[in-house]
Amino acid sequence: MAGGSPAPEVPTVGLDKVTVSYGQFTAVRDFSLAVEKGSFVTLLGPSGCGKTTILRSIAGLVEISSGQISIGGQRVDDVPINKRNIGLVFQNYALFPHKSVFDNVAFGLKYRAVSKPEIARRVGEALEMVRLPGSEKKLPSQLSGGQQQRIALARAIVFEPTVLLLDEPLSALDANMREEMRVEIKKIQKATGITAIFVTHDQEEALSMSDQIVVMNAGVAEQVGTPAEVYDAPATAFVADFLGKANVLPGSVDKMEGQIATVQLDAGQAIRAVSPSPIAQGARVSVVVRPQKLAVGSEEGSNSLSGRVVSTSYLGASAVYEIDIGKETIVRANTLLSGPILREGETARLGFAPEGCVLLDAGGRRVV
Amino acid sequence: MTPPRGDRDGRWAWRLTIAMTLGVYIFLFAPIVATVVLSFNASMFGGFPLTGFSMQWYAKLLTNEQVLAAFKTSLWIALVTAAVTTLLGISVALALVRFQFRGKQAFSTLVILPALVPETILGVGLLVMIKAADQPRTIWVLLLGHIMLALPYVVLITQARMVGISRSFEEAALSLGAPRLSAFREITLPLLVPAVVAGILLAFTISFDNTSASLFWRPAGVETMPTQILSMLKISISPEVNALGTVMILVTVGIPLLGGLVLQAFTRLKKRRTENGRA
Repeated sequence: MAGGSPAPEVPTVGLDKVTVSYGQFTAVRDFSLAVEKGSFVTLLGPSGCGKTTILRSIAGLVEISSGQISIGGQRVDDVPINKRNIGLVFQNYALFPHKSVFDNVAFGLKYRAVSKPEIARRVGEALEMVRLPGSEKKLPSQLSGGQQQRIALARAIVFEPTVLLLDEPLSALDANMREEMRVEIKKIQKATGITAIFVTHDQEEALSMSDQIVVMNAGVAEQVGTPAEVYDAPATAFVADFLGKANVLPGSVDKMEGQIATVQLDAGQAIRAVSPSPIAQGARVSVVVRPQKLAVGSEEGSNSLSGRVVSTSYLGASAVYEIDIGKETIVRANTLLSGPILREGETARLGFAPEGCVLLDAGGRRVV
Repeated sequence: MTPPRGDRDGRWAWRLTIAMTLGVYIFLFAPIVATVVLSFNASMFGGFPLTGFSMQWYAKLLTNEQVLAAFKTSLWIALVTAAVTTLLGISVALALVRFQFRGKQAFSTLVILPALVPETILGVGLLVMIKAADQPRTIWVLLLGHIMLALPYVVLITQARMVGISRSFEEAALSLGAPRLSAFREITLPLLVPAVVAGILLAFTISFDNTSASLFWRPAGVETMPTQILSMLKISISPEVNALGTVMILVTVGIPLLGGLVLQAFTRLKKRRTENGRA
């Protein structure tokens, strides 16, 4: 065909119905994902959800039981790890302890027919990029944890891999260093335009770094979306709970008025929530509302819940309350402080808008 | 190290401890010291009192054809044992630590078993097997036996080290584009070096020292150093045996020591190199 329509976008990394089983145990089930060139995709989930298994199957360290994986538009089922042209960063850095920083970073270039002066130039550049120039002759043991992870990053990107795979690269670092490296990794990814797949169990990391987040649970993807999408419109109760510990309140629909459903909570009170599609009266639903959307002691929005304060955590500018709204249903509210702080046993009023709520159907999936 | 003042019972307990410790050390090392000292004694008879300093027994050893032959036999068997068990040991440890296969537990037990079975049983067992297979009892049986004796120790040492080498080192090398063999040669093997050196030294010493099993396995007319000493002792305790014993001590203690020193010098050299590089 001459000219005309552009070729369909080929994802840099594509997974199609990938399943990984070990004997009876299925670690990953029917997992599909398309990672666009230059994007930063995070696999987020609790330990054992299969996120690392997916990363390792892309790398070629785990054999998939069915489905297919492509890298750069090419099927890689029969391609061994050393021919996949991937950059891999490990949680424990995995720098070769007996090799200098230079030899570590140059390792990948050695297997790619790059001339010696060119190797030296590119290693220098990579070290510059991770802000550790001049460290060529040091041994990994002479570097701090954060520095080691920078070198590991330099080693993984110096040969310009098709995709950079990061397996919880920040979890071995202390809190301060973790935040610094988070920014650093994102910066380097942007500057190089490299496609990155990042595995973490830390929702903050996922929300702050990603273009796309894949929230995983028990071997399947619960939701794929931008950070704002998965946070503001969780597709399932699991996503709502895992990202930011949202309140999930069960009840049944009392009436539907346009796009607003009135839900009679099992706890006894009623909430008005936005529903994109009509729901039958009497249907079982759950109302998801984030602690940050609940204003304590104010009449904001048309919803109002009242309850007894069970616990108070004062955080300076804000406070986190746990409030019993009846029948021992605890609601968490994270609210900015304007007046005096409420103490245990006092009665609190919670105000919020119907737009701040998400409805899940009886199966625990978002009503769309 | 001194007990509190005025504690009479404590003081006596302390003295007893010292006496016991000294006693044990004397018991352990007196025979060795006696052997070494007596090997330099001028007297014809292999005992005290000392009559003068002499190297004559060492000179005599050098002219004793039997002793020289035994030394040569022991040396090459120990060297070949060390080489073979090291190669085998690395492969076995690699298989046990890095790979999953059916019957792994049984295989692991089988490899370690010769270290647990009494040597006499092993000695008889191998002979019975050779006989059943209708094979002659040659020097190769002796070599095979030594390899069987030393392999468990080399495997155990290498395995312990291998467990400590994180798999992610190899995975990192592979992901960077190294083929499996290169990843092993460039990453795993250098990290294994301390275990490999220790294994070589241990295998050498085990083979060079072995007496009881070797008595079963050696073909007629062939002696190793320990069996040679034993057969010389049957005739008399001559000062020549003391000299031979001293040589044995020198070899079996000296070689591991030398190995340790070489390894130490190696790491120091490497460290200095990187430190110079940093400056």
